[in-house]
Parts: sequence; C-alpha cells; structure tokens
Amino acid sequence: MNTFLSTLGLVVLLAVSSFAVTPAWAVEPDEILEDPALEARARELSKGLRCLVCRNESIDESNADLARDLRILLRERLTAGDTDAEAMDYIVNRFGEFVLLRPTTGGANWLLWAAGPAMLLIGLIVGGGFVRGRARASTKNEDALTEDEQARLKAIMEE
Amino acid sequence: MITELGHFALILAFLIAIAQTVIPLVGAHKRWPGWMSVAEPAAQAQFFFVAFSFGALMWAFITSDFSLRLVTLNSHSAKPMLYKIAGTWGNHEGSMLLWVLIVALFGATAAVFGGGLPPTLKARVLAIQAAIGVAFYGFILFTSNPFLRLAVPPMDGQDLNPLLQDPGLAFHPPFLYLGYVGLSMAFSFAVGALIEGRVDAAWGRWVRPWTLAAWVFLTIGIALGSWWAYYELGWGGFWFWDPVENASFMPWLLSAALLHSAIVVEKREALKSWTILLAILAFGFSLIGTFIVRSGLLTSVHAFANDPERGVFILIIIALFTGGALTLFASRAQAMEAKGVFGLVSRETGLVVNNILLAVSCFVVFFGTLWPVVAEMAFDRKLSVGPPFFNMAFTPFMVALGIVLPVGAMLPWKRGKLRRTCWQLRYVFALAVAMMVLAFALQTGRSALGPVGLFLGTWMVFGAFADLWMRSGKSSLSDRLKRILRLPRADWGKAVAHSGLGITIFAIAGLTAWEAEDIRVAQIDEPFDVGAYTMVLRDVGRERGPNYFAVKATVDVTRDGKPVATLHPEKRDYPVARMPTTEAAIDYQFLRDIYVVIGDPQNDGGWTVRTYIKPLANWIWGGCLLMAFGGFLSLSDRRFRVAAGARKTNMQGVPAE
Repeated sequence: MNTFLSTLGLVVLLAVSSFAVTPAWAVEPDEILEDPALEARARELSKGLRCLVCRNESIDESNADLARDLRILLRERLTAGDTDAEAMDYIVNRFGEFVLLRPTTGGANWLLWAAGPAMLLIGLIVGGGFVRGRARASTKNEDALTEDEQARLKAIMEE
Repeated sequence: MITELGHFALILAFLIAIAQTVIPLVGAHKRWPGWMSVAEPAAQAQFFFVAFSFGALMWAFITSDFSLRLVTLNSHSAKPMLYKIAGTWGNHEGSMLLWVLIVALFGATAAVFGGGLPPTLKARVLAIQAAIGVAFYGFILFTSNPFLRLAVPPMDGQDLNPLLQDPGLAFHPPFLYLGYVGLSMAFSFAVGALIEGRVDAAWGRWVRPWTLAAWVFLTIGIALGSWWAYYELGWGGFWFWDPVENASFMPWLLSAALLHSAIVVEKREALKSWTILLAILAFGFSLIGTFIVRSGLLTSVHAFANDPERGVFILIIIALFTGGALTLFASRAQAMEAKGVFGLVSRETGLVVNNILLAVSCFVVFFGTLWPVVAEMAFDRKLSVGPPFFNMAFTPFMVALGIVLPVGAMLPWKRGKLRRTCWQLRYVFALAVAMMVLAFALQTGRSALGPVGLFLGTWMVFGAFADLWMRSGKSSLSDRLKRILRLPRADWGKAVAHSGLGITIFAIAGLTAWEAEDIRVAQIDEPFDVGAYTMVLRDVGRERGPNYFAVKATVDVTRDGKPVATLHPEKRDYPVARMPTTEAAIDYQFLRDIYVVIGDPQNDGGWTVRTYIKPLANWIWGGCLLMAFGGFLSLSDRRFRVAAGARKTNMQGVPAE
C-alpha cells in the first residue's frame, strides 16, 4: 500500500512538473535514422505531433520520455514503409486527435478554419461600405462648424 | 513591521481608489467642481500608497524575510540580488501587485500631465482608471494577499523557478504589464468619452500618446520574452503560439490597430466609434490575457478547478468592465457621427485596411487559442491547436499587411491616386523583386519562404524611406537631405517603426528557411562540420555556481581553419528548486548566430552536442527594437506638446455649464 501511495505521489509529481516549462533536449542522436530523406520526413511529421504530457510542445521539441517513445514509434512506422498519412493515422488512432497540433478540417473544425477568412470577408464588406459612404458624403458637413464652435469662434473674434 | 505597514498601505490605496471612483463621477455628472477635483490628489495619493506597499514587499524579498509565505515559496537566501528583486513579481501575488501599481502609476501620470483636459472628462477618466484599480485591489486583498505571514518561518526558502533567474526574464513582466495596463488608459478615455457623449479630434490626440506608449512597452516586453525563450529553452525557438504568448500578442495587434485608427480620428474626425470600440477591446484582451495566464484555463482545462476562486474573480472583472463598456458603447455609438470625407483611394482607406487586417488577424489568434476549450465543451472533442495552424492561418494576414503597408503609408490624405503612389515606389519594388530572385538563385532548397521574406523586408524598409524621400520635395540633393532631417519626429517614427516591422518579418522568414541543424554524439577533440563551420568539443568539466551545479563544455569553432569563437555551453542543476536548465552558448554575429547546446554523456565517452547555425537571429529582436524606437520617436514629437499648450487656452474659453 505504501509503495503504491509513493508511486502514485511520484506520478503526480512528474505530471505536475512536466507542465512547467522545461528545457528541451528533443531528438537524441541514437534516434536519428540512417536514411536522411526518411529522417527529414520524420522531423517534419514530429513538428505536427503533440507531446501529450507537455505544455504545448511538439514531440520534436520535447525531452519527455513519452515524446521520445512517440518519436521512435513514428520512425518505426516510416521505416516499415508507411506513407506520411498512414503513419499519422496510425498515431492518431492510438492517441486520439489531441495529438495533432494542426487540427483536422473534419466535423465542427471547419468553423475554426473558416473563422479567419469569413471574418476578413465581413471586415472587407463593412469597411468597404464605410469607405464608400465617406466618399459619397457631402463635403459641406466637413467644414461646417457646430453651433458651439460658431459661438466660440464669435467669442474669439470679438476679443 | 514594514510588512504590516505595506499591507496597511495597500488597504488604504484600496479605500482611496473607491473614493476616487465614486466622488469624481458624481461630481462630473452634477457639475460640482469641488467633487471633480478630488480625482487628482486621490490619484496621486493612491499611487503613493500602493508604491509604498510594493516597496514593502520588495524589501521583504531583498532581506529574505521568510516569515512571509510568499517569500518562502519563491525566494532563497543564496539567490543573487537581481533575482531577489525580480522575485517580487516572479509569482502570482507579487505580479498582481505590480499590475495594480502600474494602474495607479498611469492614473497619477494622467492626473499630473492632464492639465489641458476638460475638467469633466478628466474627472471621469481618472474615476474609471480608479475603478479598474478597485477591482484589482479587491482581487489581491481577497484572493491573493501577498502579505500573509507564516506562523513558523522556515530556515530558508524554496527558491524561484531557475528558468526565471535570468536578466531577460527579470524585466520581461514589468514591460509587459506597462503595456497591458497602459491600454487601461485608452480604455478609461474611451469610457470617459462615451459618458461625455463627445469624441473629437482632440480626443484622438489625447488617447494616442497613451496607446503609443502602451504599444511600445508591449513590443519591448514581448521581444524580451521571445529573446529569453531563444537563448534559454535550449533549441533556439523564439515563438511557440503558446496560449500565454498569444495572450500578450492579441493586445499588441489590437493596440497597433488602435494606434492607427486614432490617427484618423485626430486628423480627419472619422472612424470614431470604431476607435472607441478598439480601445475597449484592446484593454478587454489585456484582461483576458491576465485571466488566461492567471487561471491556467488553457494550460489544461482542469487546472482551472484548482483555483476557481481566482479565475472566477477575474472573469467577473472582465464581464463587468468589458461588458459594461460595450453596453455603454451600444447605447451611445450612434451619437458619434463621422465628419471627414475622403475618397476611395486615400490614406484613410489605407488605415482602414490596416485596421481590418490587424483586427482579423487578432481574431484568428483568439479563435485558435480558445478553440480547444470550445471544442471540448460544445462538441466533446479533445483536440489541440498548435503552431502549424497559426502559421497557416495567421501568416497570410501579415504578408498582406506587408504588401499593402508602403503604398498605404504614402497615399495622401483625403484623395489620392493609386497609380501615382505605385509609380513613386517603382524603384523600391524593382529592388525588392531583384533581392527575391537573387535569394531564390542562391539558396539550395526550393522553399519560397526565405525569398518572399526578403522581398517583403526590402519592400517595407525601402518603402518607408522612399516615403521620407518623397516628402522632401523637388530640389537639389543636399536640400532634400536637409529637409528630410528636419521632418517632424512623428514622420521619422513612422518610417523607423515600419522598417522595423519589415526587418522582423524578413528575419523570421530567413531564420526559418535557412537554419542549419546538427545533432550528434561528439567525441573529445574529434572535429565535425556544421554548415560552413568546423566544431571541436575540447573539454567537459564541472563547476559550482552560487545556487547551482553545472556541467560546462568547451567548444572551439573554426571556419576555413581560422578560429571563430570558443563557446561554453552549460547544463545546470538547481538543487533547491530540483530543476535542470540548459545554458546554450551563442556566438552572436551580425548575420548569424552559432548556437551550441551540451546534452548528456554517452556510454562511449562522448557527449550529445546540438549545434544550430541561425541566420538573421538578431534581426528579429533588432526589428522589434526599431519598432519600439520608432514609437518613442513619435511619442517625443512636438505636436503632442504643442497641442497640450494650445488646449489649455482653448479650454479656458469654455464655461463650466
């Protein structure tokens, strides 16, 4: 029981401490694949995979053990002949879409991807409408003084 | 004893702030000069007391008074003095005290320098500023009191997170807070003007220096944080799209937009309601940023439950201030009629485009940052939104901004001709294209990132100076040069800040595209090549620092047989905080950094060594410094001071109704 409790404590401690920003050692020399083309693909893919126990770090940047395991797993899949998409699918199937740093466009996620362009469109329409309105407005309005201002002008002139 | 006085001073400041909120607001409403004039001395007294309180807390850190809970948790007697002082704000309670200190500082500054403001507006602005203070004094006193004592003080403290024991990070929070809180001034002016029901060119002129100052501080603060990440985290990353970073980036984008739209209010009396809305939103995002960082909502959805009280308190503050201000805005915005008339092609239109691009890019960052929370709550999907998303969704806006900027900045006010302005920029465009083609021809890879970055950088930097050149009129070269030097500082500020942005964009693109990396097990005295350089690991030894143990390596760098640098990367272990850190060794040069990190020893006697050649790294922060410097130049422009004098005479003519 005691060992169980202390193990549990250790796990909690590790989980908590990994949330803090920790220095990254990332890819270790012994993980690097012989084939440079394959290794380059692995590096590129790992930048898009999240280290599950870290705070917003990719497995390419993280020094956590889990990130290392994932890096090795990814390289195993690539060496076994998987395409990029197959290797990513394999990992997403095992760890869920939480692992993807670049969210898919499926389901409600289209909202996320469309939000920026849609807002830009709205901004351009509203902004365009405003600018056209300004271009058409009569110039009389601009130079005319309000009653307050006219009164003040009169006071200044009289001084 | 000093601690108790500090605690007492904080409570006094709280009470003064309450008085400063209520009395001037009532006074301004009833037009009672006596009540309105309470605001000014109250703002100064409030600043005095909260400054004393902050000083008392700092004193406790300096003298390592471990009877204070906060000092025990975040300090250690062996810590260097700089970090004892920085430790004051290196924790939640202390940083909130710094927050409110800066709120009071801005309030007091506005009280002292706001001589030319109409009395009712001044009373209202100071009252709103005090109301923000009240909320945060309450937050500190009721949920995060820094002055709690321990019944049994320990012999020594638990030390500050060693990653934070660094000069870059020691000054990162104060600058960031000066920026965040500086936006509270724009907010107070916006709400004050809404209550007054009057926004005119003068209002634009009063708001601009505060916004500009806030933006300058935010720029410096963000740059410091990013620079720290670059040299401290051990692999030279400088921006991670982390929620906490985004929290500071959103107010930066919005304050940049506000800064530009306030020019339109000042010069052309248009975009008034939009500018007011931006001022409210910019400060709203500062509050949301504080909330994100303080509640831990986005670090993990569950961390929020660990301290619901604090998170909920800040949420209430956000709802109260942003919601209240937006409600007021909705009921009063129609009253603000635009006056200036301008053509479809004009500086005004250029600034509208600037505002659309900046505001929408801020919206993208906001949406992406919050999406994981929304997806989990609404669609029961646990997902991540990381750097690949932001790079794809955000970058196009910055590219568009970079392309439009030189043209928009050169268009004349009221009515311009697009063809004429583009013609004036023809040489700059040709140069930028030439640089892009050259870069494409010289580089080995096929990525367009570097060449496009070089195009944008050249286009923006030379575009900014072409603008100055065109303003010098037509005459002999020496006359034109003299005239350029005599241009108002605001024009210089504009050129410098815009070229700073160009340099930063170019540097980010160049660094990302042309970086070289090498990871290997290095044996002692066995050379290896990285890029054009040859590295040799000479020696690895152990050292002892004031509060850490270190493994220190010696690496010689040569190029074509000539020595370039000797670097000493370290790996430190802080026993009290039980935390390892890497201290990368960097050879800073104008065109590139050599970045070396020492890793773990290997069984065969070698050591893991990581080497990065990072081209243009310094240019990223150099560009940020230029942006900030441009802001300062603009801030020091005569116009703001002359206007201050002119306002005074104006205002005496207005009866107090």
